[in-house]
Amino acid sequence: MKYLDEYRDPRLARVLLDELHRTTTRPWSLMEVCGGQTHTIVRQGIDEVLPPGIRMIHGPGCPVCVTPLETLDRAMAIAARPEVTFTSFGDMLRVPGSHTDLLALKARGADVRVVYSPMDAVALAQQQPDREVVFLAVGFETTAPANATAVLHAATLGLTNFTMLVSHVLVPPAMTAILDAAECEVQGFLAAGHVCTVMGWTEYEPLAARYRVPIVVTGFEPLDLLEGILMAVRQLEQGRFEVENQYARAVQRTGNGPAQEAVRRVFRISDRAWRGIGTIGASGLELADAYAAFDATRRFDVGRLTAAEDPRCIAGRILTGLSVPTDCPAYGTTCTPRSPLGAPMVSSEGTCAAFHRAGRRRPAGAAVSGGAR
Amino acid sequence: MTAVDPLAASCPLPLAETERVLLGHGSGGQLSAELIGDVLVPALGSAAPAGALEDAAVVPIDGVDVVLSTDAYVVSPLFFPGGDIGALAVHGTVNDLAMRAALPVALAVAYVVEEGFPLADLRRVAASVGAAARAAGVPVVTGDTKVVGRGAADGLYVVTTGVGQRLAGAAPSATGAAPGDAVLLSGPIGSHGTTILSVREGLGFDADICSDTQPLHRLVAAMVDAGGDAVHALRDPTRGGIASALNEIAVTSGVGIEIDEQALPVPAPVQAACEILGLDPAHVANEGCLVAFVAAHRADAVLAAMRSRPEGRAAVNIGTVRDTEPGRVVVRTSVGSRRILDMLVGEQLPRIC
Repeated sequence: MKYLDEYRDPRLARVLLDELHRTTTRPWSLMEVCGGQTHTIVRQGIDEVLPPGIRMIHGPGCPVCVTPLETLDRAMAIAARPEVTFTSFGDMLRVPGSHTDLLALKARGADVRVVYSPMDAVALAQQQPDREVVFLAVGFETTAPANATAVLHAATLGLTNFTMLVSHVLVPPAMTAILDAAECEVQGFLAAGHVCTVMGWTEYEPLAARYRVPIVVTGFEPLDLLEGILMAVRQLEQGRFEVENQYARAVQRTGNGPAQEAVRRVFRISDRAWRGIGTIGASGLELADAYAAFDATRRFDVGRLTAAEDPRCIAGRILTGLSVPTDCPAYGTTCTPRSPLGAPMVSSEGTCAAFHRAGRRRPAGAAVSGGAR
Repeated sequence: MTAVDPLAASCPLPLAETERVLLGHGSGGQLSAELIGDVLVPALGSAAPAGALEDAAVVPIDGVDVVLSTDAYVVSPLFFPGGDIGALAVHGTVNDLAMRAALPVALAVAYVVEEGFPLADLRRVAASVGAAARAAGVPVVTGDTKVVGRGAADGLYVVTTGVGQRLAGAAPSATGAAPGDAVLLSGPIGSHGTTILSVREGLGFDADICSDTQPLHRLVAAMVDAGGDAVHALRDPTRGGIASALNEIAVTSGVGIEIDEQALPVPAPVQAACEILGLDPAHVANEGCLVAFVAAHRADAVLAAMRSRPEGRAAVNIGTVRDTEPGRVVVRTSVGSRRILDMLVGEQLPRIC
């Protein structure tokens, strides 16, 4: 397929791998930030063909995984109301809240629907003026512009039956939190290509300089990732700590201006809880006061719900790269995609689910590093 | 509609503990297998089928291997590029018979129609059933019609039952795959599922994709003619896609299967649709292709026979059966590593980004 096969060519993969083996003289630990990149790395077994010293740490970039339990419980409480048509991207439907998930609610009669765009939810609100249509707006900087545009469109239409349950998160504060952690082993980052398509990479330049880490804006295909890893390793080997762009076919330094403007108009930056990690200052987006009428937590008065995680889940350690899924005592036993304890096992972008789908096993009798702490 | 109390459920593991049927139970993946294995088959007690669960059952009657299969079709929308529920209902049952190397002898067709369903659409579906049956060379010998109240069904359901007679010289079974077998695929994968998704959700891919629904009994006849009893197992990868079909054979036959990802034929529009939606083509439903496990010494002859038929023109060898890692399907990736190809857990759900 044009523009896709080129990035999956086994011969070019071999060339990049050979170059990586020649370049690597000592061990390095790199983090891919984005869940989509984790998906490709594990699905293609890229981490298994890297030079022995190169360790890939899987980062917090799965938007489903980091959505707080409280937000999910709020989603369930709203979706269960008889007057509500609750809409979401497909990934969110199977994520367990404290008591249930959206698919199970749907089976019990709730009006829960998968949409492919927030604009579909706005269209539903237009078509069903007697229903309250709610959209669960999660994701990183990648999905925020489309969600902002949907709010602007709903405002233009004068819709009073459309609201959003917003749980947006931002990448650079999460990277900073990871780098500030005492146990941090990350020496270089592969930044998420899609996020940078919107935001560019200027935000990463002070990070790279301050923490002396190379940051390579990287795409999602196997060859993208191999080249991104090679570029990061080259910098580390040469003692350089810069932001480089592997994903030049999609990303420009300053990103997409109109998309950023839409986000700035509709949302404001706020502190945000990350599931399994905790609250990170200025790491989220919430609706600006001018658009508070579209805030589902106000419309349905579910802002005060609190929830507790399953204590067996080590999602926080997984999401910050301090443990890998096969370290977890529950992995593959009490926690599987069929019966997940935490979000990283549910989402198709989640590290635990990616490991499980790829058949990665917990070594028999292996010492468990990073249990439920 | 009354309110549903989301906090009334008692367990924090909703997927494992739910006491209600989910859409995922019909996806052809792990949930479907659990529903059949844990609920439906045990309820039969001594009336349960002996041996492995197959697409169609062989019932010996007076020395003749009669083959029997039944299937219900609930596709939405009823009409889609490349076919409709009527053609699908005929092809699906003909193909289930064919996977036991049987030629169809007769079909029974039942329609469950919702009150208020347009008669013009029913005529169109009935005409399609007739056309598909004539093209497959099988008479529809009996049937049934039920009308249910408005809201009690989603328009129209079609149930088809088929009786066939097994071809001499081959007895393919889900238990038959053996180490050393070649894994042959009759054609491209993913077209049916992506077409249905595109039309149902209005995604606009339908200009480029159409369903692959077609009968496969003549293709199987050609394969049996070329390969005889070297044709060890056949499976049409419908719901759950080729991933489910390969896993079912690996488990039922107690063998390992290794396939080459690069050899899997995925049409460009299907690949594009799957990329956009975050789906794996290996999990997407098909209605007009089959996967065959054939002894190595006859694999080339069977592949040539497949390619001589229009249904198998694009047939390819996608891998081999191993005696290691029984029950597992392993994929060789483009970067030269190996990964497990698992069955889908529940419904295929589009990813966020």
